[in-house]
Amino acid sequence: MGRRAVWSVVLLAVALVPALPLGVAQEYIWHVVIQIFLWSFVGNAWALMGRFGLVSLGHGAFLGVGAYATVLLWNFFGLTPWAGAAIAVLLTVLLALVVAYPCSRFQVVGHYFGLVTLAVGEVIRLLIVAERDWTGGSLGVSLKTAGTASGLWTLQFADKRVYYYIGMAVWLFGLWVWWRVDRSMTRAAMEAIGEDETAAASVGIHITRFKMGITALSAALTALGGALLALYVAYANPDTLAGIGVSLRIVFAVVLGGMYSLLGPSVGTALTIALSEYLRIYFGIKLIGIAETIYGLTLILFIIFLPSGIWGSLTGAWRRRAAAGPSRPAAA
Amino acid sequence: MIEPIFLLEAVINGILLGGVLALLALGLNLIFGVIDIVWIAYVDLVALCMYGVYFLVTLYGFPLWLAGIASIGLGALLGLAVHQLIITPILASPPINQLLATGGLLFFIQSFATLLWSTDHRSVRVTLPTIELGGIFISFTRLIAFVLAILAMIALYFFLTRTFTGTAIRAVSQDREAIALMGARPQRLYLVTSAVGGAMAGVAGALLIMQYAVHPYFGGAFGPLTFMICVLGGLGNMVGAFFAAFIMAQVISLGGVLVSTEMGYVIAFVIFIVLIFVRPGGIFARRA
Repeated sequence: MGRRAVWSVVLLAVALVPALPLGVAQEYIWHVVIQIFLWSFVGNAWALMGRFGLVSLGHGAFLGVGAYATVLLWNFFGLTPWAGAAIAVLLTVLLALVVAYPCSRFQVVGHYFGLVTLAVGEVIRLLIVAERDWTGGSLGVSLKTAGTASGLWTLQFADKRVYYYIGMAVWLFGLWVWWRVDRSMTRAAMEAIGEDETAAASVGIHITRFKMGITALSAALTALGGALLALYVAYANPDTLAGIGVSLRIVFAVVLGGMYSLLGPSVGTALTIALSEYLRIYFGIKLIGIAETIYGLTLILFIIFLPSGIWGSLTGAWRRRAAAGPSRPAAA
Repeated sequence: MIEPIFLLEAVINGILLGGVLALLALGLNLIFGVIDIVWIAYVDLVALCMYGVYFLVTLYGFPLWLAGIASIGLGALLGLAVHQLIITPILASPPINQLLATGGLLFFIQSFATLLWSTDHRSVRVTLPTIELGGIFISFTRLIAFVLAILAMIALYFFLTRTFTGTAIRAVSQDREAIALMGARPQRLYLVTSAVGGAMAGVAGALLIMQYAVHPYFGGAFGPLTFMICVLGGLGNMVGAFFAAFIMAQVISLGGVLVSTEMGYVIAFVIFIVLIFVRPGGIFARRA
């Protein structure tokens, strides 16, 4: 079977999961897979920047604006999430451009870029907390239920399976965007910029334009992910959808999977979510904090021992073997 | 309109806060300047030292000053442990992995503290009188913390300028290849730096527990602010960090009085972002 066939079978299997009779656990399994789809999509969006050395520690800001704008527009004005999410994405892109323009003009790179974006993330989180009359402050805000109007117009569904397919579609869309960027001139230009900005500029690459473009794209996708995450759980909280904690979590998952390969972010996200869910169920409420403790420890160990990520290391090893295979003597 | 007397009080409180922030920033900046790695979990180490002081005082009946000294030792040990266990294996890794390894430590410390000590807020009650100076109220506890922080920074200054090891540490931060050629061992200097940086965290922990209650997520409150101060002063630039700490403390203190506590932080972060664009190498960087 060729690669294409293998992936088609895998995708078909994933698409058929909601049809399986999984008994009492089925709602929960769908829930976990939906989380994996949506967070993988966000991780993918982050990797669009991260792979070119634009290591953002503030994607929580984009996530937060996307989620809160969508939820608040629905709660206060009854605006359909279709329009709400579109406005949220526009706002986020605007925010991203306001940050990215000076960053690339003044050559804020490396550690400095990370810390500037971290500050942006904190600003958004603190603004959400400070505007508590609107946003519910640190307690978060619940999405007003649509009641009888639930359906495609309000994007609220009684059946979890709808979000399963929405999540899957969005995830595939994210992979497609990643793939398009990977095949484009943008990739070559951005890699050149990541290596050496001055050299890239000297061969005629418009640095600011490319950096702002990729940042806007990444921010737009992240905002969409934030909007969908908030709509799906019908709740937004400044700590889970904005700020330094969630920003770091996104980066972790991506780096854990490997940010230079198509499926790296998804593999990393799936593993971190699976791990934290497993630990949460295993320990329950017996030892509060132990799941997160093991999670943190695992992250440190992975970063020390598998620096190019799980998926990155696996595919790297597989490629080396494939390359070395034919020339190897049969006796070995 | 806010009466001037309140503004003056906010300014003085800002100065007192600045002393402790400067101490935090100097410890982190020392490590960054020498080892070239940002310890994202630095303020979480401070929180661990605060727990140390808390338990020594409440559980074992130590006097506060003795617990404070023990906290310095604890901080130094934590610094050594972090360097040996986490930093040494990833010294050659790409910067993002280094950042994330200490970020993993942040998750680890926060959740481990939750596991061991729950999310309760714990404080060492220090009941000292408030000083009144012409209608301005100043907390004596804060004043003591400020003075001790300044003393700790002076001690650090003398260590870095007057001792052989200190001079060698400054030399590493200037040129890590050249120092090896001069016959000093960077690895040993890294260890010393981590211990000293950790000890500064210990001092900061002892001073902070006098004013604030410690809880597992304490690092989240001061961590981002500490990075901002380091960057604003110029990563690795000790003098810059010192002054940047006082600027940020003023913004937060005045913003807190004039608008609200959160907005004080928002304004501080926005000022940080704008200043980074204007002066990417920190506010005190010399123009290249």
